[in-house]
Amino acid sequence: MKTEQLIDVLVADNATPQARFPLIYAASLIVAIGVAALIFFASIGVRPDLAAAATSPWVWLKIGVNLALAATSAKLLPRLGEPGQSMGVWGLALLIGPVVLAAGVGAELAMSPASSWWPKLVGTHAKYCLMLIPMLSAGPLACLFFALREGAPTNAGAAGAAAGLLASSMGATLYAFHCTDDSLLFVAVWYSIAIALIVAAGYALGPRLLRW
Amino acid sequence: MPSDGESEEWARLMRQAKRGDAHAYRRFLLSVAPVLRSVARRNCARIGLDGGEAEDVVQETLLAVHLKRHTWDPDRPIAPWIMAIARNKLIDVRRRKGNDANLPIEEMLDTLTADRDDRSLDRMDLDRLLEKLDDRQRELVRALSIEGRSVKETAERLEMSEGAVRVALHRAIKALASLYRGDGQ
Repeated sequence: MKTEQLIDVLVADNATPQARFPLIYAASLIVAIGVAALIFFASIGVRPDLAAAATSPWVWLKIGVNLALAATSAKLLPRLGEPGQSMGVWGLALLIGPVVLAAGVGAELAMSPASSWWPKLVGTHAKYCLMLIPMLSAGPLACLFFALREGAPTNAGAAGAAAGLLASSMGATLYAFHCTDDSLLFVAVWYSIAIALIVAAGYALGPRLLRW
Repeated sequence: MPSDGESEEWARLMRQAKRGDAHAYRRFLLSVAPVLRSVARRNCARIGLDGGEAEDVVQETLLAVHLKRHTWDPDRPIAPWIMAIARNKLIDVRRRKGNDANLPIEEMLDTLTADRDDRSLDRMDLDRLLEKLDDRQRELVRALSIEGRSVKETAERLEMSEGAVRVALHRAIKALASLYRGDGQ
């Protein structure tokens, strides 16, 4: 078949309506949030002492750093699904959450005696953190991969990893409402490991599932 | 890169095409194809593939441009979008044809200029992949391309509604793109 003949075929298909990619992404993101919230409330739910804990700025900081990571990766991800798009400032913006977390950890270390550092870091529910954040991330990850498949990621590994980052930081944000380990040291260690696991999974799955 | 004027013209045609203007869409694809050809030939020559194989890349890239055109933001320049797709397809081809030459595909963005030989060669890849479609899809694609029929004529000949022809055609094009990738082969 000659290229001009192929063009005839493509022109005949021009009338097929197509939703714009940002719209598909936005819809998938909403579904991802819905799915994660549904699983969260149906399974573990918020901590019983949330009202009391909400008076502590540390608890809000714990939630806030995860939310910042989710929000910045949500802005970055669609750019990785459009050919010829650069990450712009959003690659750098990913650092907002981690930088605030690092500052918070520094403040916490300065304000507490060294003998309390290790127990804070180990916490009481590290195992649940490592299991439940990935569990809450799985549904959103599937939604985001669906969206990316509708797009055209030119770097499938990076797009997969970014989807993993968004899904797991959404999971981590929700989990932060359940988790009673309120030390930022705990967050910096265990939340980070849980998130890194899902980022690695996204990176590995990207080249397999995001070809187009 | 294509000249700014050319890129603006492509963007204009693509915007019209998005509004359903088939004529503008044809002009867009016919204008992009020679540029893709020159990019593909240059890069294929460097990784040890001939001009015919380069034409396969052109066809595969056009398919991708078509199926992914909703990822182009009409407020952004279109040439970088097209070239990113072309580059992606060249990398795929380099991987698929087992030539692991480390020559970077990126360079094409700088070296791309004239040398626009407009002859397109009759290619085998697409015909081979067409054989893998189901009978109805293959008949459809043949009618619209090689036989040069319109959607309306094709619908009458295959005793389908025009809507059904359009749906089946879109599926066939997606199936072809997936066959190019090597899914299910």
